[in-house]
Amino acid sequence: MTETSSPTKMSARDVNVFYGEKQAINNVSIDVDNDNVTAFIGPSGCGKSTFLRTLNRMNDTVASARVEGEITLDGENIYASGMDVVQLRARVGMVFQKPNPFPKSIYDNVAYGPRIHGLASSKADLDTIVESSLRRAGLWEEVKDRLKDSGTALSGGQQQRLCIGRAIAVEPEVILMDEPCSALDPIATAKIEELIHELRGRYAIVIVTHNMQQAARVSQRTAFFHLGNLVEYGVTSEIFTNPRQDRTKDYITGRYG
Amino acid sequence: MNDHTLKAFDDDMSTLRGLVAEMGGRVETALEDAITALIEQDFKKAEKVVREDERIDALEGEVERLAIQIIALRAPMANDLRDVIAALKIVGVVERIGDYAKNIAKRVPQIGDHRRIEPISLLPSMAQVAGEMVGDALNAFAARNASLAEAVIARDTVVDSFYNGLFRTLITYMMENPKTISECAHLLFVAKNIERIGDHATNVAEMVYYAATGQYLPERDKETSVES
Repeated sequence: MTETSSPTKMSARDVNVFYGEKQAINNVSIDVDNDNVTAFIGPSGCGKSTFLRTLNRMNDTVASARVEGEITLDGENIYASGMDVVQLRARVGMVFQKPNPFPKSIYDNVAYGPRIHGLASSKADLDTIVESSLRRAGLWEEVKDRLKDSGTALSGGQQQRLCIGRAIAVEPEVILMDEPCSALDPIATAKIEELIHELRGRYAIVIVTHNMQQAARVSQRTAFFHLGNLVEYGVTSEIFTNPRQDRTKDYITGRYG
Repeated sequence: MNDHTLKAFDDDMSTLRGLVAEMGGRVETALEDAITALIEQDFKKAEKVVREDERIDALEGEVERLAIQIIALRAPMANDLRDVIAALKIVGVVERIGDYAKNIAKRVPQIGDHRRIEPISLLPSMAQVAGEMVGDALNAFAARNASLAEAVIARDTVVDSFYNGLFRTLITYMMENPKTISECAHLLFVAKNIERIGDHATNVAEMVYYAATGQYLPERDKETSVES
C-alpha cells in the first residue's frame, strides 16, 4: 500500500501519562495523519493502548490516570477545560478488542449514536444513516433482512464490523482501533483489514495491534513503543525493511528478549 | 546481533549463510582450477571443474528452497528479510559465475598448446583479481561488512583494464600470427568470461551492501569501453 503525504489530523506534544505514581507514557510527541492509517506496535505493557486512549480521553474514565502535555485535534487542545468530552468521543470514535455490541437490535446498535447526538431529523433520515453506515462497515448485505435481530446474535467478525458501523454512524473524523482483530479468526480479520483499507482517506485511522504483519498490511505509518517511550515512528515500509533503531529492529525481527 | 527468541529461526539463518558460503568457496576453487588447467594444459583438472559445477547448481537449489521456506514459515523482517532476499539473489549470480569457470575449463582441450602465445601470461593475474573479488563479496555477506563490499566494487576497474589490455594485445597478436587465430579467439572468450565474473562479483557486492545497510549504493558511472 502506498503512503501519501497527508495533513496532520491529531498532534501530541510531550505527553506523559501516569497511573497513580507509575508513569506509563514518557514524553511522547507524534503527529497522526489525516489520510493515512497509523499503527502502534510494541510488546505488551509498552503503553501503546494507553497512549491510544489519550487520543479521545478514554483515560478520563480511569480514576488514577493523569495525562500531561498537549493533544490537539485540528489544532484544538482536547484537554482544554471547555472541551465537551461526549462531543470529542463522537469526533474521535473507538473500536475495542472484544466486539461489544449493545444488547439491542442491529438497527438500534447503529441508530443509537445518531439518536443521542440528534443527527437524524426523521425516521427516514435515520434509516439512511443506518444503511450507509452498515454499507461502509461492509455488513449491510449480510444483515439487511434481519435488522431487528439482536446484535449479539451475529458472529464475532460481524459483531466487530457492527461496532465499526456504530462508530461510523456519528460521522467521526478519527477512528481509534484497539486490537480490533485479536478475538477474530483469519477470515474475519481479513474482512476488517479490507474495511480499514476502504475507510482510509474518509477517516484518520489509528490502530493498535500485537500482530506486526497486520500493522505491515494495513498501515502507512508505524509507531513502535517500548517501556512507555515512542522509540521510532515512520513510513511503514521503511520500519519493516530498514528500521533506524536497534530496539525496533530487535522487536520486529523477533529478537526482543 | 541478538539471537531470535525462536532458536529454530537462528538455525535456519545460519544454515542459509553456510550454504551461500559453501557455494562461494566452490566457485572460487572452480575459477582457480580452470585457469591452472588452462595454463598447465591439465585436461583432468579441467574435467573436474566441469563435473563439479553440478554441485554448485545443486547448492543454488538448496538455498532457494530454504529461502522460500524461511519466508513462508518465519516471515522475516528488516535485516533478516534483506539477508534472505540477498541470499536468494546472490546464489543466482554465483551460479552464473560457476558457469563461466566451467566454460573456461571446457575450452582447455580446444585451445591446445598455446605456450607460444605470449599474452596468455596475463590471464592468471586477471583471474586472481576476479577470484578475490568473488571471495571478498561473499565474505562481506557472511560478515555483513558493507565497507568490504564497497572495496570489491572499486576493484572492478582493475579487471576491466586487464580485459581491455588483453583484448588489444590479442588482436595485435592475431594480425601478426594469423595461424593462431583459433587459439586466440578462445583466449579472448576466456578473458571475456573473467571480465564478466568481475562484473557479477560487483553485483553481489551491491546486494551485500544493501543487505548490510538497508541503503542502495548510488548508481555508478560505468566506464564504457569500446571492446565490451
